[in-house]
Amino acid sequence: MDNSKVVIEVQNATVRFNMACERICNLKEYFIKVLRRDLLFQEFLALKNIDLTIREGESWGFVGVNGSGKSTLLKLICGILKPYKGTVKTYGQIAPLIELGAGFDGELTARENIFLNGAVLGHSEKFMREHFDEIVDFAELHSFLDMPIKNYSSGMAARLGFSVATMVRPEILIVDEILAVGDYAFQQKCQKRMQEMLADGTTLLFVSHSIEEVKKLCNNAMWLSHGESLMTGTSNEVCDAYMNSQTK
Amino acid sequence: MNNLYIRLYGLYQYRDLLKQLVVRDVKLKYRRSILGYLWSVLNPLMTMMVLVIVFSNLFRFDIPNFPVYLITGSTLFGFMSEATTMAIASITGNAALLKKTYVPKYVFTLARVTSSLVNMLFSMTAIIIVVLITKVQITPYILLAPLVIVEVYLFSLGLGIFLAAASVFFRDLQYLWGIFITMWMYLTPIFYPITIIPEKYRFWYYWLNPMTGYVSQFRDIVLHGQMPDVYSVCAGFMIAFIALLVGAYTFYRSQDNFILYI
Repeated sequence: MDNSKVVIEVQNATVRFNMACERICNLKEYFIKVLRRDLLFQEFLALKNIDLTIREGESWGFVGVNGSGKSTLLKLICGILKPYKGTVKTYGQIAPLIELGAGFDGELTARENIFLNGAVLGHSEKFMREHFDEIVDFAELHSFLDMPIKNYSSGMAARLGFSVATMVRPEILIVDEILAVGDYAFQQKCQKRMQEMLADGTTLLFVSHSIEEVKKLCNNAMWLSHGESLMTGTSNEVCDAYMNSQTK
Repeated sequence: MNNLYIRLYGLYQYRDLLKQLVVRDVKLKYRRSILGYLWSVLNPLMTMMVLVIVFSNLFRFDIPNFPVYLITGSTLFGFMSEATTMAIASITGNAALLKKTYVPKYVFTLARVTSSLVNMLFSMTAIIIVVLITKVQITPYILLAPLVIVEVYLFSLGLGIFLAAASVFFRDLQYLWGIFITMWMYLTPIFYPITIIPEKYRFWYYWLNPMTGYVSQFRDIVLHGQMPDVYSVCAGFMIAFIALLVGAYTFYRSQDNFILYI
């Protein structure tokens, strides 16, 4: 079979959340609950026994309705969440694009934010200085560089976020439905960059509600429903099965 | 041990993030104010003047060179107070970021405590001004001042990471801490002499409040120009390291659950 290197290995992973309604945020609530003896956490399993092996250079799409666990799975792979049971192993540098510009500080200017966001992604200041022009060129925001980010439109902030995050060629690129903002031309530009990366051997994990995009970018796909993996296979098969179930 | 090495290497890798976060805090603190960084000097100076006026007219304590006595105590205590108060919100306040990318979480707390340190170093200018005006005899012992600052920094860091982790699970801590700090300030000899504490309680007064030791050492160095009590310095470092160990352990044990509560 395929002998290329395994870059992501998820084995029997389960993620557990305590239901938000039972979350105790303050002492008063806590003591009342202890006294009334209803400190019972309602468990909610966001992912159940997921197995997934991804090899170098593969591209995976994740489909499913809202709340089916797609983003949770991506966060688990990024290391933001830890599995309650099972193991997650990753090999290689990950660029997570769960939300564009998550590390931006509204008060800082775009120029300062590029350095801050780069540092959040683990790049050194020297590296950022070398690639600064490249980032600004891609985002096409030359004239707004010294404006605080809080005055940016969401599309502009997303442009900047995408440029910073994809400036390096990461070994694993994780993209979670972020291209919905941004105008048509920029969306095309982002897709082109992702395809270039794929051609260069980057492994892609992609979540989108646009089935067309998944089919276009990914070779493999996984269909998630209520935290369980319903189907894995080639993206065409999985997407068609998913679409059939949705249109019934 | 190997684990510790991996953690320290992780910190080394994220040193630029730490730097960026500290720079952000320091830059944003006075952005859009006309006097800017000058406030870091003016603020302690003006506070000191108010207190000097109040305490040399209303409540009189027999303290030689009261302005220096006051500003050394309040600067050092103010550093601890600011560092811990900022550290408490360092995890909950960065929830948006922690949910979206993987970053070692303690970096945020470390950055907050470190930016308080930078602010305090700016405020040192105010101490220098007061020392020069009141013609305090400066001795070579002044070179030991960084030692005391390191003690307070480590102590605040330990306390800060403990509080940051605890406040994720109990948000009330943020408000309780404000009250606690006020109480702590009155229990520390900032604007009164230690001699007003009766002899029989003084042992506890020293041992239950590490800030008393730190403030006394700092005054020995800056105000009295003498060698601080070696015993007190050793104890100070011990307490600081214990605080750091307890804080780091609590944080380490609970950090994987943060994401479920922020």
